[in-house]
Amino acid sequence: MSGKAIGNQSGWKPEMAASDALIAAPTATGNRALMLEEPLIFEIGSTDRTGVDLADVPAAPSRLGGMERATPIGLPGLSEQETVRHYTRLSRQNYAIDLGLFPLGSCTMKHNPRLNEKVARMPGFADLHPLSPQSEVQGALAVIHELGQWLKTLTGMAAVAMSPKAGAHGELCGLLAIRAALEARGDARSVILVPESAHGTNPATAAFCGYAVEDIPATPEGRVDLEALEARLGVGGPDCDVAAVMITNPNTCGLFERDMKKIADAVHAAGAFVYCDGANFNAIVGRVRPGDLGVDAMHINLHKTFSTPHGGGGPGSGPVVLSEALAPFAPLPIVERQADGSFHLVEEETAGADHGQAFGRMVAFHGQMGMFTRALAYILSHGADGLRQVAEDAVLNANYILRSLEDVVDAPFGGTGPCMHEALFSDKGLAEGFSTLDVAKGLIDEGYHPMTMYFPLVVHGAMLIEPTETESKAALDQFIMALRSVAERAKAGDESLKGAPWFAPRRRLDETLAARKPRLAWEEAGGLAVQAAAE
Amino acid sequence: MRYLPLTDTDRRAMLDTIGAASIDDLFVDVPAEAQLTAKIAGLPDHASELAVERHMGALARQNRAAGDGPFFLGAGAYRHHIPASVDHLIQRGEFLTAYTPYQPEIAQGTLQMLFEFQTQVARLLGCDVANASMYDGSTACWEAVAMAARITKRKKAVLSGALHPHYAQVVKTMSKVTDYTIADSLPSIQPKPDNAGLIARIDGETSCVVVQYPDILGRLPDLEEIGAAARAQGALLVVVVTEPVALGAIRSPGEMGADIVVGEGQSLGVGLQFGGPYLGLFGCKQKYVRQMPGRLCGETVDAEGKRGFVLTLSTREQHIRREKATSNICTNSGLCALAFSIHMTLLGERGLRELAALNHALAVRAADKLATVPGVRVLNDSFFNELTVILEKDAREVVRTLAARGILAGVSLGRLFPGEEGLSNGLVVAVTETTTDEDVDALCAGLEAVIQ
Repeated sequence: MSGKAIGNQSGWKPEMAASDALIAAPTATGNRALMLEEPLIFEIGSTDRTGVDLADVPAAPSRLGGMERATPIGLPGLSEQETVRHYTRLSRQNYAIDLGLFPLGSCTMKHNPRLNEKVARMPGFADLHPLSPQSEVQGALAVIHELGQWLKTLTGMAAVAMSPKAGAHGELCGLLAIRAALEARGDARSVILVPESAHGTNPATAAFCGYAVEDIPATPEGRVDLEALEARLGVGGPDCDVAAVMITNPNTCGLFERDMKKIADAVHAAGAFVYCDGANFNAIVGRVRPGDLGVDAMHINLHKTFSTPHGGGGPGSGPVVLSEALAPFAPLPIVERQADGSFHLVEEETAGADHGQAFGRMVAFHGQMGMFTRALAYILSHGADGLRQVAEDAVLNANYILRSLEDVVDAPFGGTGPCMHEALFSDKGLAEGFSTLDVAKGLIDEGYHPMTMYFPLVVHGAMLIEPTETESKAALDQFIMALRSVAERAKAGDESLKGAPWFAPRRRLDETLAARKPRLAWEEAGGLAVQAAAE
Repeated sequence: MRYLPLTDTDRRAMLDTIGAASIDDLFVDVPAEAQLTAKIAGLPDHASELAVERHMGALARQNRAAGDGPFFLGAGAYRHHIPASVDHLIQRGEFLTAYTPYQPEIAQGTLQMLFEFQTQVARLLGCDVANASMYDGSTACWEAVAMAARITKRKKAVLSGALHPHYAQVVKTMSKVTDYTIADSLPSIQPKPDNAGLIARIDGETSCVVVQYPDILGRLPDLEEIGAAARAQGALLVVVVTEPVALGAIRSPGEMGADIVVGEGQSLGVGLQFGGPYLGLFGCKQKYVRQMPGRLCGETVDAEGKRGFVLTLSTREQHIRREKATSNICTNSGLCALAFSIHMTLLGERGLRELAALNHALAVRAADKLATVPGVRVLNDSFFNELTVILEKDAREVVRTLAARGILAGVSLGRLFPGEEGLSNGLVVAVTETTTDEDVDALCAGLEAVIQ
């Protein structure tokens, strides 16, 4: 905790020397210079104050049919300046890519180019109604079509469904297409195989689609056990109950599934389909096409590989590329290019014979247009050479971290060869009583967002680090130095780590209390406290 | 490449540290036959910021923006004025480029905002609790149907015929795989919503009845009557709100007995954006909170006793519960929730009520003007800022013809319910604070000219 004191070399002395007690003393406001505490809008606002001036309401009789609101709502208002201050102060309590390296494994927190923000805000895109006549939105349909074409090109797949709203929604789309394809051949199947290392969304999606979920065993090297998978699939044919396998490639251990093609061949021989979780596409974009590996469906997180901002939890966008076998079942709407060069939005009405097998509709309107414009600008900015460089630099950066840290932090698969775009470490070797959580919270004090913790589940106390290609060598070197220092403290049993973070806007928060007595909305003092739901 | 900081010297030094001769050594696990040896075919090389901006600008200019002329489209997506400070604040990098707040000590900005958002939404909808957002209104609607099935352990959902048809399609698509029975119908083209017909379809097998308020034709159904009928059969009332501004003028669904209220929050802060990203609102009664989908932010304290916020009740969610989760949703609409919350904070109760009153008054005046146009009949007895007119002509044709004259007249029922002859002359017209008297005059003159 105690940093080495570095005296002022100029000879000038402040009137009072700092002491630990002085530094720890509270201020009257609770603020600490630039770190400003901010109350809730409900504590500072007023239902009678507003930051918006509107035109006068013209006289007109009510046509609300007796449904006029008679009770107050309880919505506080702030003036414009108060609003700007409130949200500016709140923003300063967040870590963000714009502040520094954001090494969350599986999340691909790369730089979000500002050109893409500018493009998405062009009035021709931002101020466009989704149900405008198609003749009036040809440029928007062209964007969807053009982005879809590049996604197909980059993945080597036959078709693309653009409407899914995020990765998990894309998984849903892929499994619905698989289900429709199986039903079309009168082949009801009930099981989806998912490796233990999968993202939680995979089994949740399979269950949401009405499938039973079974584990695929892994090898000690952290990859799918091909022999065990083949044994589970059996001989295939009408007796096989497996509808699909869901595989993440590169997988969540940061490793490429070397046997992917053999896995796909075995799955196809059993009459089942291969769903690939494309969350980790950043490792291979421009270098490997999933279509060449036998994949039937894969979602692409535009908010990961194609840099649309994550926004503190969304919005995302999860277009799904589909193989020839699944293409007929893609959901509506679909944008098609006509012979005359114009674009047509195929909806329920015009699905006709060409899209008669479409499995339905996943969303109102046409998907995440605001993410499409950003992702297309990203793809065009990088181009064929740049996207290949993206994958190579992402993989290079991850391996640099792996090899620079494996002497201090246990890398369970470090001995098996290089990693892809993320490096996986475990808590092995930390002092008794010290955990991955302590390392993560220690990193916060060093000015970093922690890595992904305790995922994948196949490694004890997992720490999954994905630096992405937009980090410089100098940025990586400083991060490595910071993590080495924290890890060495955890190995040495430095108790101060257990209290970390010490310097963040908040210390560790009581998550047990939050769950046991949920307070999910603000209540005025004296008002009815929100009662905890029955356990 | 302007986004890639590594130089060749860096790359060489890093490969040396790794102990690799070339970048290809790091891709050894990819079978050779699956590796592209050259750049991907068909895609041009990298482009300057200027070149990309030109390309995208050219595409943007091929669209008729809502602000380019008289504009009356609604049907689940509404054009409202968004105060300039909203977009400024959501572009602060600390909000824009943050991840989901899984490390609460350095994500209090997002978490406090979500807590405020949840409170604003719960109060607006008249619910005890609201979650931290869903993808959009249509997917929130499906999740409500699934949640009602979990609560009631029944598998039949009754949809009002006046539910947005895209929402109904989403519910029906998902229900195929969950074996739910979905009872739906077409909207009745009557001045009042067909409550009696809807109530007649609720039975002892029904998990929930789903009602849009205001409905797809702009009418305001009496939810109390429907809720009482649902309760009598042990079913839940799910209310769908696609225009949240309306709740500044009309009674909240919660106060009329709704068990689950979902909505599309796009009207506040988010903008039209050709249909996405939008903002799913999701609220319910407190007793159902553990059956809710999606993220929830809750209040707690830190090690020093200071108030703070965390994501909570995660044992409902996929990253903890995997196949036993209440939903597979992970990423939601965080930044859209922020935009909504800032817009709502700027408005406050007073501003929201004024905005709602302004929308309604302008819609009433527009309706009265439209009623004077020969060949145009206003259908609705009641409405907020959107109403249906019946034309003496196929409304799709009218919409196309007027679009060619620079007037975006509304959404035809033929577009929403294709193939339904009985609906083809209906046109849904939305009027907001962005609509001027001149716009309404242009619409009336256009309709008169086209229908004659």
